[in-house]
Amino acid sequence: MIALADLQIPGAFVRLVVALAALAAFVGVNGMLLVYLERKVAGHIQRRPGPFEVGPHGILQAVADALKLVGKQLVTPKGADWLLFWGAPVVSFMPVFLLFLPIEFGPGLYGLDTNLGLLLILAFAGLNVLALCMAGWGSNNKWALLGAARAVAQSVAYEIPLLLAVLAIAAMAGTLHLGEIVARQGSWPWQWNVALQPVAFFIYFVCSVAETNRAPFDLPEAESELTAGFHTEYPGMGFGLFFLAEYAEMIVVSAVGATLFLGGWKGPLVDGVWWFLFKIYAWLLVMMWIRWTYPRVRFDQILNLCWKWLIPLALVNLLATFVALAVV
Amino acid sequence: MRASLFEPIVEALQGLKSLVVGLRITGREFAKPQRTVHYPRQVVGDAALQGYRGHIELVPLEDDAQTPRCIACMQCERICPSNCIRLKVEKPAKPAKAAQPAEDTVDTDTVTPKTKRTADMPKDGGRKKVTAFHLDYTLCSLCGLCVQVCPVVSLRHSANLYLAGPTREAFHLDLLARLHRQPEAPAPGEGPRGGGKPEKLAPRKPFVKKDAEGGEGV
Ligand code: SF4
Ligand code: SF4
Repeated sequence: MIALADLQIPGAFVRLVVALAALAAFVGVNGMLLVYLERKVAGHIQRRPGPFEVGPHGILQAVADALKLVGKQLVTPKGADWLLFWGAPVVSFMPVFLLFLPIEFGPGLYGLDTNLGLLLILAFAGLNVLALCMAGWGSNNKWALLGAARAVAQSVAYEIPLLLAVLAIAAMAGTLHLGEIVARQGSWPWQWNVALQPVAFFIYFVCSVAETNRAPFDLPEAESELTAGFHTEYPGMGFGLFFLAEYAEMIVVSAVGATLFLGGWKGPLVDGVWWFLFKIYAWLLVMMWIRWTYPRVRFDQILNLCWKWLIPLALVNLLATFVALAVV
Repeated sequence: MRASLFEPIVEALQGLKSLVVGLRITGREFAKPQRTVHYPRQVVGDAALQGYRGHIELVPLEDDAQTPRCIACMQCERICPSNCIRLKVEKPAKPAKAAQPAEDTVDTDTVTPKTKRTADMPKDGGRKKVTAFHLDYTLCSLCGLCVQVCPVVSLRHSANLYLAGPTREAFHLDLLARLHRQPEAPAPGEGPRGGGKPEKLAPRKPFVKKDAEGGEGV
């Protein structure tokens, strides 16, 4: 009996280890892929080819960049707080794996079977703010500190409408289990949550752009004002980890968005992991498209948009959802 | 009251619409063909160089590709705001007085008045000749004033866009020497304006315009 019980624990454990290894590969490969894609999209929108010289059509450019980053010397700036300075990229990057664990990529394709998956993601996504704050403070640099201050104000503000939008979906589904939220949606677009909750979808989308600090909401690293914001002082892989974490978070928000609103891995004709990947990449491409279209907003505008528009809108939407649920 | 309540909402909706318009524009640009010229493998075509302002160059005479149209009037040197043109001019020896040697007229103020010269001079052999035409391209702002001011269209912008050099001195150009090189071997990448065929210009007429300096007629 004891031996059997002992064997049962490694089952979940093995799943977790395999999932973590697979996710590490997934994040690494996608980080490079997205960097390449981002630069190609930027190039084509500006009618230039983007990276072109390293490998055919520049496909090895990201590899070259990665090698360059890895090869750089790690310098700690004078007067920096060593522990905070080097702790920040780690704190920024580590939770990324945790964020991927409860996401169901395909039927039965998940790392951790928990009915609090959504909560787990929302809770640990907040850790990135702490990392940016540590980076800004620890760098002993005015640009970094300004960037960190902006990051905190922005992230705290945008987490509220994000949560309210997600809450509307959770209330409708009656669960925080990501797999079950997918299971409650159908294969065809009109059976997805986006058809029932377009306002929540819109709010979630805007907030997801803001939460990942991407243009037009990239104030924490506004390169034309703050050189590079919170990661101004980071050399080599210190910067590399922030960078990777940012792209990983982009994948997370688009994966969660696809799960909540776009039917997850379900799609017309044949359900499967390909639909999920397709939705994630479509989402990411739209985010890139937006980045290369709009200019950066001013800081008061970004907060006005959140407090004066998104939060009231999200509250009204939530209220309407509750009323509808009570009536139906 | 009503207007003030709905105004921001209408404004926000208009804003959202403009966002969509923006996305449509960049989306369209994304689909259009690219403009980039992949330089070492491709070069810019001559058509694209129309109106390109490279450093200035001398325009040769129609019947003699080795001689510039320049009449050594020095106006380009004088007008250049960056002071980057240096000419050396050879004056014909005066047959009657023969007192003055050929003079270096970099400093134009020292040139003796030229009012009485025309009478006792041969019609053509007595023309001033430019013997050196130096351009310090490191200073040039490509304002084009020298090209505009030249009374005989002896200056133009070259189409040489592949200008690179390891030292500052590489951009001190001897335009006269360059003109002598031009017809035979245009520098790599230089368009037709830099090399082969000269532009169609009005045939050179004797210059009779009086300028503010109390000028001269040849
Ligand atoms: S273009 Fe302007 S700055 Fe350049 S040589 Fe001519 S007058 Fe001088
Ligand atoms: S303005 Fe024209 S003609 Fe006069 S010196 Fe300059 S190049 Fe020669």
